Amino acid sequence: MEIVLVGLNHRTAPVEVRERVSFTAEQTRRAAQELRARGILEETLVLSTCNRSEVYGVPPESSHECAPGLSTFLSEFHSVRPDILGVSLYHHYDREAVRHLFRVAAGLDSMLLGEAEILGQVREAYRIAHEHGATGPVLNRLFQGALEVGKRVRTETELGTRPMSVASAGVKLAERIFGKLNERKALVLGAGTISEQVVSHLRDRGIAELQVMNRSRDRAEELANPFGGKVIDWGEWDSALQSPDVVVSSVSAEEPVLRRDIVERAMAARGNRALFLMDLGVPRNIDASVGELYNVYVYNTDDLSEIVQQNRNARESEIPKAQGIVDEHVSKFLSWQASVELVGLVDALRMKMREERASFIRARMEPMKHLTEADRAHVEKLMDEMLEKLLLEPAERLRGEKELRRKIQNVEALRDLFLSNREKL
Amino acid sequence: MWAILKMLKNWVGSAGMDDWQWSESWDEQRVLVQRMNHLFPMLTALAYLLSFGLYVRFLSAGNNLTGRLGTLLLGLGLIAHYFALLERSRGSHTVPYHDLYGSMSLFGWLLAVTYLGLELYHRQRSVGAFVLPFILVFFLAAHLAPADKLLPPAAHGATFAFHVTLSILAYAAFALSFVLSLIFLGEERLLRRHKVGDVVWRLPSLELLAQMSQSSVLVGLVSIAIGTALGFVTVDRLEGQHSYFDPKYVITLLVLALYVLYFRLARTTAWRGGRASKLCIFNFVIVVLSFTVVNLYLSHSHRYF
Repeated sequence: MEIVLVGLNHRTAPVEVRERVSFTAEQTRRAAQELRARGILEETLVLSTCNRSEVYGVPPESSHECAPGLSTFLSEFHSVRPDILGVSLYHHYDREAVRHLFRVAAGLDSMLLGEAEILGQVREAYRIAHEHGATGPVLNRLFQGALEVGKRVRTETELGTRPMSVASAGVKLAERIFGKLNERKALVLGAGTISEQVVSHLRDRGIAELQVMNRSRDRAEELANPFGGKVIDWGEWDSALQSPDVVVSSVSAEEPVLRRDIVERAMAARGNRALFLMDLGVPRNIDASVGELYNVYVYNTDDLSEIVQQNRNARESEIPKAQGIVDEHVSKFLSWQASVELVGLVDALRMKMREERASFIRARMEPMKHLTEADRAHVEKLMDEMLEKLLLEPAERLRGEKELRRKIQNVEALRDLFLSNREKL
Repeated sequence: MWAILKMLKNWVGSAGMDDWQWSESWDEQRVLVQRMNHLFPMLTALAYLLSFGLYVRFLSAGNNLTGRLGTLLLGLGLIAHYFALLERSRGSHTVPYHDLYGSMSLFGWLLAVTYLGLELYHRQRSVGAFVLPFILVFFLAAHLAPADKLLPPAAHGATFAFHVTLSILAYAAFALSFVLSLIFLGEERLLRRHKVGDVVWRLPSLELLAQMSQSSVLVGLVSIAIGTALGFVTVDRLEGQHSYFDPKYVITLLVLALYVLYFRLARTTAWRGGRASKLCIFNFVIVVLSFTVVNLYLSHSHRYF
């Protein structure tokens, strides 16, 4: 019951390789099916995100032996030359594989330390694999443990609470002013890459209404349409600034596009309702004096970058706490795994001894002609009882004693399991 | 509200509502008070102190478990505080607002009740660290207050008890909105100056702080409106014994009007945000004036309520 993990991530592979080895939802199902059909793995789960593609599995034989087969499979499945893939792939077995997955779920292995999305992606990968019967008792337990780790790290540490990008920091700051954004409106000026990032964060935070204003209307529609947003003609400031609570500006302009007089008029029209302005343009898109207006909050790229840096430091200080949770759950999983394996071992021993008993009794009793049928049955019963006593007790102890299972991980518990205290002395 | 009604019933019962009497002599009363067990006051102070520490820890470290423990200890402190008040009422055969100790202690208790209700309603405990010091100060100051030798008030009975308790509840709710307004202004200042440190990420949003303050003011408005009406009913029953021209009536109506104005301005007009919070702070200054200068020097029928 070993565990194997083969995969690559943002640390081991450049984006050109990662994108070639990524799996769609359909591909994860197909890959799992093929891996089991070919007998490479008994249980399998594919975790694929933009930063990692990993195959977790329980091989029928030794995990070390199945790893090359898994690498070859990945190479064939994605039609990537083995020499290209080989340098990017990592292999982890048993304890290290468990630890790796728990670190992934905790966000400790993410490009953006503590990112929240990965936990949802692990949950989704597990759901797909479980629904299609690709997982079994080991991977079920492993991934349930991983989800628990992710949840604990997010509730018991501050690893994932603070924004780590300029766009997310801006959106989180808007929440400091307005609370939940699901009843708020946002206006995005410009339709470039930064605007896209902000729109994505706003959508994730449940923004109620989105408006996009751009010099090129076509590009504005491209950005607004997927999110059900509305496009506003460039320059219609008075009407555009009346309803939004959050304004994000990221346009190329020599002079500020939002001057003080424009915002002043807008604030008067909106009855001084609070307005959060995120200026992500360089040169700045919003006149610096706008920040002096009542109930107007202005943050530019430098302000947000500074916050991101503070948050990065704060997040890094939480790593030991998160690592502690990971280690605790790794021990828990390994202890469970050891108990299952050893109970299985004892059961197998019991079966084998029963088989041996029959031939042993036949051979030994052959010369004892003087015994009656009742005597023979009695001797057989005594032997059965002795075997049960020998094996049943250790099996029960394994099920019940957590500490014993922990010792078994270090093999020394085999002594505890089969020898009495007197014999050990 | 149930707790407050229950408390009133107990106090009124312990003080002998139907046969409203004060102790025959001040000495006898003092001996009774001295004999009272100090267990509940000590438990109260301990629970509030621990709760304060946990709320501070929650605000600085963001550990949810610490915050929950803070709330739990505040709840336990409230229970102990209630029994401390009840015990004192029984020992001195009077309602808790008869003297400065009782009035301040009751104020602290009602402030804690209002805060706990608000915390549970808005599911936000990060302002606990700012409210607990006020509760603690009132509770401890009440114990340090000098003993009073006062004549019983002319008014008594259930209507009068409700009038006083609801008035003190209103002051407690206004005190809470004052604290929330201060936090609002502090957080707003930090956000405007781009000083977004650990505490700002853990405090409620400005919007929620404004909502909490308004909820608190609403509790205060309802309480003071009913309390004042009951006060007039009490005065009406004491025809001939009381003047209708007590300065306390004027300032109470002024407080009522100012908070109604705040409630209106904070919700719908260009004053929303910082200006409304400043108005709320100003209003509380008037409440403090009413509670101190007017009660002590101008009013002849209001002592500590």
